[in-house]
This record gives sequence, structure tokens and C-alpha cells, in this order.
Amino acid sequence: MRLMIAIALRHILARKRQSIVSLLGIMIGVAFFLAISSIMQGSQKDFIRRLVDNAPHITVSDTYRNPAKQPLEILHPGAIVEIRNVKPQTETRGLRGYRQILEMIRTIPGLRASAVLTGQALLSFAGKDVNIVLNGMIPTEIQGITTIDEHMAHGTVDDLIANRDGVIVGTELMRTMSLDIGDNITLAAATGQVRTFKIVAAFRTGRADYDLTQVFVDIKRVQAMMDRPNRANTIIINLDDPQAALDVARSIENRIGYKAVSWQESSEDILNTLMIRNIIMYTVVSAVLVVAAFGIYNIISTIVMEKLRDIAILKSMGFRAGDIKRIFLVQGFLLGLAGIVTGLPLGCVLMLGLGQITFRPPGMEPLKMPIDWSAPQFLIASAFAMGAAVMASWLPARKGAAVLPVNILRGGQ
Amino acid sequence: MSAATPLLLEAEHLTRTLEGDIPVTLVRDASVTVGIGEFVSVTGPSGSGKSSLLYLLGLLDTPTSGIVKIEGVDATALDENSCAALRLEKLGFVFQSHFLLPEFTALENVMLPMRHLGQYPDKIIQEKAFALLDDLGLGDHARKHPKQLSGGQSQRVAIARALANDPLLILADEPTGNLDSASSALVQGILKDLAHGHDRAVIAVTHDPAFAAQADRRIHIIDGAIVTPPEGVSPDGNEA
Repeated sequence: MRLMIAIALRHILARKRQSIVSLLGIMIGVAFFLAISSIMQGSQKDFIRRLVDNAPHITVSDTYRNPAKQPLEILHPGAIVEIRNVKPQTETRGLRGYRQILEMIRTIPGLRASAVLTGQALLSFAGKDVNIVLNGMIPTEIQGITTIDEHMAHGTVDDLIANRDGVIVGTELMRTMSLDIGDNITLAAATGQVRTFKIVAAFRTGRADYDLTQVFVDIKRVQAMMDRPNRANTIIINLDDPQAALDVARSIENRIGYKAVSWQESSEDILNTLMIRNIIMYTVVSAVLVVAAFGIYNIISTIVMEKLRDIAILKSMGFRAGDIKRIFLVQGFLLGLAGIVTGLPLGCVLMLGLGQITFRPPGMEPLKMPIDWSAPQFLIASAFAMGAAVMASWLPARKGAAVLPVNILRGGQ
Repeated sequence: MSAATPLLLEAEHLTRTLEGDIPVTLVRDASVTVGIGEFVSVTGPSGSGKSSLLYLLGLLDTPTSGIVKIEGVDATALDENSCAALRLEKLGFVFQSHFLLPEFTALENVMLPMRHLGQYPDKIIQEKAFALLDDLGLGDHARKHPKQLSGGQSQRVAIARALANDPLLILADEPTGNLDSASSALVQGILKDLAHGHDRAVIAVTHDPAFAAQADRRIHIIDGAIVTPPEGVSPDGNEA
């Protein structure tokens, strides 16, 4: 094999200009592949991070995935049962025994969980009405579960502990309703109860509708306003490892019966979109390498055509068809390798350059292009380039290996 | 040759036909035996099948019928890779053009078959290759590339390369065809010496009567068939 590599190397070095041109093709292909795929992966990771961070990893709600079965259906499994005039029972909504459920969930290692009671309320101020979502939470437990404390514009979540009649609102709501920290707002619930809260803190996530409609108060206040004492309708769970959410959610649901939705499940459509985006991206950037591979195909088939006599003599000397094939495959490999070795640093330069670009989306902080510097990007780019280079050399290599020395020698004399 | 000479090559009833709309028979029912130490020349008019016979004997081509035995082993029954192995170890070829690999020096060209066989470490291979070139008077040219060598020198390098793995049989196809008379005489002398002095056999295709006359035995081919060379007919088939 060393001999084949030596011969392959001599062939390439004897055609420096041609080799450099085809090598440049692979180099640029690798660089663009790396830069583009790292931007796409970077933005995807950034996007998923926001997806994961902006909502609890798992939400347990007071609904069931499947409607409850009628007793008659349970009694006669598999039978066709028709029940007419079924009247649904009116019951106080909420998670039954949420404290026990919480305790049970907290036995699972690597997670933090807290109960929330959400409800609708109307905020009237200065003649303007806004429908808002009341999030009743336990201020002492909520740290590290909701990410709202990472988006605080004024004050902290702890301000709710200090003032049980406090409320945390979004900056968008404050702007719309011309409110300020320390102002009092009056919320009216669907039950008719009205309560006044004092704005103690404000948050800003950057998502306008969220910042407008979500407010956070103590769970006790919401329970009172909704006439649902000692109830919670949601348990939010945060995991140390967000990727495990799917499995953890499934096991929680199996144990308590209530619907437990992981972030993957609730953003399945987005994840699917991202996957399609990835397929498109890899197709496009691979095309760059395929074009580059034609350069390699070109030089190696030229070498094969020029070297027919050499192939004939090598075969007469006792080189096997496989040996000849290896010589040309090694050439593709070497060109691919050189393209990768030079292309990856060029790609890094491109990535550094692209990383400098700053976006200023209206009304938001400037954003840097998210670039993924992780090893898989480099490996995938290298693997694609090597694959393309070896494939490109395989056809001419096969042709070279199939040369019958007799045909060349007969024609050559 | 005496009957006691061990047979190196036995070819029986070799026929080679090229398929096509009009099939062409290159070699017709040719039987050849060559013993160790023999220098055999193959002569005949142009297109008579001299080279084709040589390719068949050298396992470069597969006969349509008939068998070739090398040291008693039926090579026509072997697969391509085994034939390649046989060529590597037992056969050496010299062609009309030297066919040296232009990217390699004379020395490296001679080293190629040895490195492929991989019997010795590189250092010893280099020494052996140098010794071969030196024997052929090319010691001073070992580091030169083929295009820096004259035709005669290149052909001698090609002979050294054919000898690299110490083959039993040298097959030469018009080895002096492209050489001037002085170089030609030198190459002829070397080939003759190889057969007689080194327990090898040499088969050389030629249409040079002087060259053919130096051989121990002459195989004359007309239209692909081996015939007894008529007296007074020169090796290229023309009336002398």
C-alpha cells in the first residue's frame, strides 16, 4: 500500500497546477459547507434553547389525554356500547391532590417542580381593556423553574414574597397601559371578583404578546379570585437535562394519569420544520462539494487516460487490478484530505467573519449571528468532502483498474 | 538443448482469436517449450503474431484455447491476481518502448517491482536496484529521470527493472526496435548473457536478423502458426 501511495503522490505532484485547482474546489467547498452548516446549526441550537428556556420543560395540566370511559364501557370491554343523552358532570377544575402529585414528582431526581394556577382576568385601566392570563405561582418555589426571572427588567421574582398583593407584569403591558412600577392595577376575574394589585416588578422576554398578556401573582390570590381554594391546574417542571423531557413526561403521565406535555411534544411542528430546514441546507451545501468533486473526477480521469501505458507496464510487472485501483483512489483521498486540511481553517475564518455580523431587529437588543463551533460540524464537513472526493476518484480508478495491458501494448507499438 | 534441461515454460496448442464480426486469429495452435538457460528468438513478418504469442506466454493475454505452464503449473487455470503474482515473481518484460514511469528516477523504476513484492526492506531493495543498474553500466545514471536518459540507457534501465525480482523468464518484445546499432548490440549482448550466464531463459521477439542469429533457437511464425524457418529467409520474412 505504501508503494501505491508513493505512486499516487508522484502523479499528483507531477501535475501541480491541475491538482491545486481541484484542491481549491474542495477547499472552498469544505469552507462553505462548514460555515453555512455551523450557522444553520448555531441558529437552530439558539432557537431550541429559546424554545426550551421560555417555557417549562414539562407541563402537567388538569386534563386527560383520552376522555374518561363510561362505566358501561369498562364493564363490557370490546363491546359496542351506545349511551344516549350523556350529561357531563360539572366539577371544580384543577389537579386533584396537587400537593401529593408534586411530592411524587419531586421524588424523580434531576428536576424541580412547582404548582401553578392560571386563569383569565380583565385589566381595565384608563378606559383600556386587556385580556390577561393570571399566573398564580408559589413565589418561594418558582426560582429556577420558570425562566421569567432571567428576563426581569425591573425588580425580581422575590418581590412577590415581600408583597403578597404584588404583581409582575410585562413591559409591553406597562407601555400599552401607561403603567409604571409601583402603580396599582385592578383585575377582574370571570367569577366577578375584583382585586387590586401593585406592580412590584416587570419582565421583558422580547415576545410582544407574552409581555402584554402574562402577569404573575401569588397563587393564593388567584385561588381566591377563581373560587378554587387549594387548587392548582398546572404543574410546571424544569429538568437538569431538557433532552430527557420526553421520557420523563411519559413516565409522569403513566403514574398520575393527568396529561404531561414535554417541550418536544408541544413544539413538535417546529422541530419538524427545523429538520426539513436541515435537509434542505445539507442538500444545498453538499451541492458545492459535488461540484468540487467534479474537479477531482476531472484530474484523476485525466491522469488515468495519460497513464494508460504506465498502467499496462505496472500490470505486466505484476501489479493487480486492485493495486491500480488503489493508486487512483489514494489520489482522490489525498486531494480530499488536502482540501479538508486547508478548507477547515478557511471555514473557521469565514465563521469568525460571519460571527461578527450584528443584527438589530427593531425593538430588540442587537443579536450576533449564532455560530455553532462544535466538533460535529467539522466532522460532518470533512466526511462529506472525503466522501465526495473518494466517490469522484472511484469511477476513473475502476476504469484504470480494468485496463488490459495487451490492448495498450498492441496499440502502443 | 539436451533433454536433461528442466523445462521452464511449456505452451501447448495455443490459439488466440479476437472475437468480432470477422474473427481474427492472432495465434494458431502454437506449441513452445523453453528450458532454463535457453535464449530463444521469435521471428516472423509484421503482423504474423510474434508479439501476440509473447503476450500469451507472458500471461498478459489469455489464450482462446491451449495451456501455458510455468514450471509445470498451468497458468491458464489461474485467476487474474494469481497470474499477476506469477508475473511479479517469475517473469520480466522488456518492450520496444522502455515504458519507464516518467515521475520516478531510473533507480526508483528498478525498485518498483521489488517494493511491490516486498521481500526485502527498502534499504536492501535500493542496494540491489543500484547493483542491477551498475551491472548494466548505468551506475552513474541511477538518479536521473527517464527523460534525461538516452534511448539505449532507458532500455537498459527497463532491462534492469525486468530483472528486479530475479525472474526465471525474460520476455522481450522488439527490445532493440527503437535503438541505434551500437545500443542495440549492447542490449543484445546483455540479453544473451542473461540467458547463458544466469540460469534464466530469454524469449525475444525481433525482426533483426543479426539479433535472431545470436539465439540458441529460433521460432518462426507466419500467420500466427509456428513454421520451420526456411533457409535463406530472413527473420522478417523477406527473401534474403
